[in-house]
Order: sequence, then C-alpha cells, then structure tokens
Amino acid sequence: MAILEVSDINKRFGGLKALDKVELSVEEGTVHAIIGPNGAGKSTLLNCFVGRLAPDSGTVTFKGKSLLGLQPHEINQAGVSRVFQTPEIFEDLSVLDNVMIPAFAKADGAFKFNAWHRISRRAEVRDEASDLLEEVGLADQSKMICSALSRGDKRRLELAMCLIQHPKLLLLDEPTAGMSRADTNNTIDLLKKIGERGITKVIIEHDMHVVFSLATTISVLAQGTVIAEGKPEDIKGDPRVQEAYLGGVHQ
Amino acid sequence: MLGKSARADWILLIVFSVLVLTAPITLTPIGAGYPDLLQKFAIYGIFAIGFNILFGLTGYLSFGHAAFLGVGSYSAVWMFKLFTMNAIPAVMFSLLMAGLFALLIGYVSLRRSGIYFSIITLAFAQMSYNLAYSVLSPITNGETGLQVRQLAPADRGPDYVLKLVDEDLRWVDQAFGVVEEGIPITNLFGLKMSGYPGFYFSAVLLILAFYIAMRITRSNFGMMLKAIKSNQNRLQYTGVNTRPYLLAAFVISGMYAGLAGSLLAVTDPLAGAERMQWTASGEVVLMTILGGAGTLVGPVLGGMIIKGLGSLFSSYNENILNQFFSFLPEPVREVAVGISALFVGEGWELTLGLMFMIIVIFVPGGILQGFTNIIRMFRRKKPNPAPAKSEA
Repeated sequence: MAILEVSDINKRFGGLKALDKVELSVEEGTVHAIIGPNGAGKSTLLNCFVGRLAPDSGTVTFKGKSLLGLQPHEINQAGVSRVFQTPEIFEDLSVLDNVMIPAFAKADGAFKFNAWHRISRRAEVRDEASDLLEEVGLADQSKMICSALSRGDKRRLELAMCLIQHPKLLLLDEPTAGMSRADTNNTIDLLKKIGERGITKVIIEHDMHVVFSLATTISVLAQGTVIAEGKPEDIKGDPRVQEAYLGGVHQ
Repeated sequence: MLGKSARADWILLIVFSVLVLTAPITLTPIGAGYPDLLQKFAIYGIFAIGFNILFGLTGYLSFGHAAFLGVGSYSAVWMFKLFTMNAIPAVMFSLLMAGLFALLIGYVSLRRSGIYFSIITLAFAQMSYNLAYSVLSPITNGETGLQVRQLAPADRGPDYVLKLVDEDLRWVDQAFGVVEEGIPITNLFGLKMSGYPGFYFSAVLLILAFYIAMRITRSNFGMMLKAIKSNQNRLQYTGVNTRPYLLAAFVISGMYAGLAGSLLAVTDPLAGAERMQWTASGEVVLMTILGGAGTLVGPVLGGMIIKGLGSLFSSYNENILNQFFSFLPEPVREVAVGISALFVGEGWELTLGLMFMIIVIFVPGGILQGFTNIIRMFRRKKPNPAPAKSEA
C-alpha cells in the first residue's frame, strides 16, 4: 500500500522548470531513495512534501489525505518527520531537552498552554528520551548544550528527535552530507538499526554508497522528472541513469 | 535530581523574597532606603520581569511595551475616579485592559519576526502615545494627564459625563459613605498606600510576579518559548504551532507591564501619555539586557541599577562635584568637575549609555552573567569543580 503518493507535480522558479510532472509512490515499510545529479530537483520535491513549498500543480497525498496547503506543524502532526540537510536542532538547549521537545509536541499536540507544572513532573517523557539517547549513542552527552556537539552527533540527535515522535514517514535530506567516511558509516549503521522499527523512509542522497546500503526502492530524478524507478540492482545497470550521472553534471 | 532543581528554585524564591522585604533596611546604607525609590525598584522590577518573559525566553524584542504600562496606569486611574480608591480593583482592571490591549497588538505584530516585529510594536506604541494626546483626550485628558480629582457636586447636571475627567464619582466609596477631605490617596481596605505600606504592597506583588515567572520558565510552556528562540523553524517541523505560544507570551508580558503601570498609579494617582513614549519602551529593554536577558533575577537587578543610579546621578550637581574633588588643586579640580558634570544631572543618560556599552561588549550575558563568571573563576581553583550552569 502506498503511504505517500505524489502525482503530476509541477514547480517553476521563474524560467526554470524545477519539477516537471513528477510521479512518485512510496510504499509502506520501504526505504525509498531519491537520487539524481545536482539541480535535479530533489530538495524541491522534498520541500513540497512538508509544506515549505507549494507546487504549481499536482497532488501530494499522505495516507489518503492531501498535504497541500497544510502548515509544516500540521504535516508533522499527521505523522511526517523530517531530517534536514544541515542538522536543525535547538542549539542553545541541552541534548535531553532537544529530544523532549518533540516528545511533548507529539503528546500535547500543536499547542497546549501548560505554564504551571514543572517539566520534571513528566517523568515518562524524560525516560523515553533518555532511552532513545542511549540507543543513538548520545547518553553521555545528554546534559551538554547542543552547540558543542560534533556534526555527526548533531545528526544523530536530529534523528532521535524525529524517532521519539514515532513518525509514520521519515524524510531524510542528505543525512550524510558533509560527513567524514567514519561518520557516514556510523549513520548508515544507525539508520539500519532504526530500520528495524519499520518506519517508512524517504532518503534524498548524493552518496551512492549510502543509497545502495539502505534503499529498497530507488527513483532517479534528472532535470525535474523521474527517469527511472526500481530496485537497487536494476537501477545500477540502467543506462539512462548512467547517462544522467555521467553525461550530466559530473560529480 | 528532579527534586534538587525544584529545591534550588524554592531557595531562590525565599532568598529573593527576604532580600525584597528587607530592602528598606539593607539599602539604607547606600542611600536608597526610602520608600519612593524602593517602590520604583519594585514596580520596574515587575515591568522588566514581564518583558523578559517575551524577550528573554522567545527572543522577540518588543519596542512598544511602554504602551501597556500606559494602559495600566490609565485604567487604574479611571477605577479610582469612578469607583473606589482601593488599589485592588484598580490593579485587576489594569491587568484586564493591558491583557486585552496586548492581545490585539500581539495578534497583528506577531505575524512578523525579528526587526519587523520590533518596528511594528514600536509603531503601535507611538500610535497609542499620539492618540492619547489627541483624539483620546476625553479618556486621557491629553497633555494635563488623567488625575484623581475632588468629587463632583451633588447637584451635578445631566452633562456630568462630559466633566468626568475633572470631577470624580467614586460610586463604591460613596455608597459606603467614605468621607473625603480634599483629594484622597489610594488605600488597601483603609490602609493608606503611601510610604512603607505602599512599598510593601508593590513588594508583595513583585514577589508574586517573580514566582509566576519562575513557574512559567520551568514549565512546558516555558520550554517551548526557549525552543522558539533557539530554532523556530525546527519547532514548526516538530509539530508545534508557534504562533499561539508567542501570543500567550506576549499577552502575559503585556499584563506584567499593565500591573507595573497600575502600581505607578497607586503610588501617584496620575497618568500621562509620556509614560507610553518610546524612551520608556527602550528603558525596559536596557534594564533586561543590562541585568541579563533570559535569567530570572537579572531583569530585576537591571531595573534597580537603572532606576537607582538614575536617581543618584541625576541628583548630583556642580556643588557636590566640587566637594567630591576638593582634594585636587584648583585648576585640575575645575577640569575634573567640568568633565564629570557632563555625566551627572541632566546628562545622566550619557553615563547610562556608557555603562550599557561596556556591559554589552564585555559581558554580553548581562551583570548577572558577570557575577556567575566571577564565582566560576573562584570555583575553578578548587579541585573537581562542579559544572556550574546557573539559570537563576
């Protein structure tokens, strides 16, 4: 069953056609990678899923409900969490607080005026956050202020912030961009580990090593259109894909 | 661990209360132990604590908070004029009016953030200031300011509504048969609100305001506000609708300003439009930043420093300076007096400006941060230092 269905999406930026009749269907429980050369429209497509950009035409449905016209917080409350290209975390707050905030957002909804009780009263949230930090390997840093974390740790933290919400769909925008090989491998291992939870994931990625280690389905985007879709083995041998990469922008 | 931070808060609250309540004794040696100034400390402390709930927690810099101060003062004086000289209804009514006013202004200005938000709030405050001088004169009494007056004569004609700014009614007081001689002063169920009783009324409200701000800071709501300051974008993608959080913080902070405004009117039942001017809005920004934005005690400290040094420095004149520099030989003394005279009296704001620059450049976290740094410096010399992260 398709959890996310994108049909006939078009998006123009002035004279540039960023997305041209994109069709995409993400099956529940899969890890769906979207790859493509620079400027292919991958990030634009992702931004259309989360309400940051409105496509000129087309539909985006998540579990049968349209996502178009919804605010980012409404899309998140519907069960879509997102990891950004550069980790977006609460830099001035502690690591534990960073994980507790999404948990509160999940438990209390988009707004709850709870200005009287101490946060520490809600031990169940705190315990869940601590457990998750343990799982992603940040337990020792839980009291640290986030701005002091390394890039790899920030990425791990951002993943934990998404996971604590038990999303139905997790969007990952270049989760290993700018990381060292060691950090990249750590992230792959972590993503494999959380794969056991059965969360549907959409990954946008440059790094083929990451894509072929994780993806169960791959869509190739070039110049705003999907030129190929299939299992990793099929994509690897597809001549159109090779042309898009080698004949297009050289990496 | 959980119990520990709660206990630290109780200790902070108790220490704060003791310091506030004993201020008439402890501040006497530095010449600040008289009720008028102490009351000012308490009132501007409340104003700054409230401002900090918006600015310190969410990072939204309002440049129009004096508008709520003004609304609070006008509302209080109207309660005195129409109903009773008792301070309680006046305070309640001011809170209500300032809250409503903040809801309106906040709803519009929170559509933008950063500098645009500051400018919109500034525009609203200046608008209120100008309206108070012009079209709203029937309510504000224009340049003269709204004051408590003598009761209207018993045989007032049907046009008494038009004379309300000059002749008071005080229905409630009259119904209870309170006899007035001349212009009455405010009271708390008969206890006159002047001198030390006046200070203690403000002091108790300051402690209450501090306690509420503390609860807010440590709550879920407070954490969301801090998250807005840190990364509003992430918070929205985390499923939080940030607008109502901001609006709630704005209204709460406006009500704090309204409370401060009503206490100014309790001290001296007179409300003028100059209370809403942008300089007054700027002053609370200075207080908060000087003391330490985002901390609980900092804004109160900043308010005390600005109001205290303000009254001290502006009372200096050349005679006092001449005495102060009397140990110097004549020509040197003249130069010293000439230069330092620029910084006192009318020129006190020059001192304030310099002080502000020095603090912001060298201790950007504010004076409280400065204290914490010093304490940490001493602690570091001991082996095994505790990771001191003071949020007080």
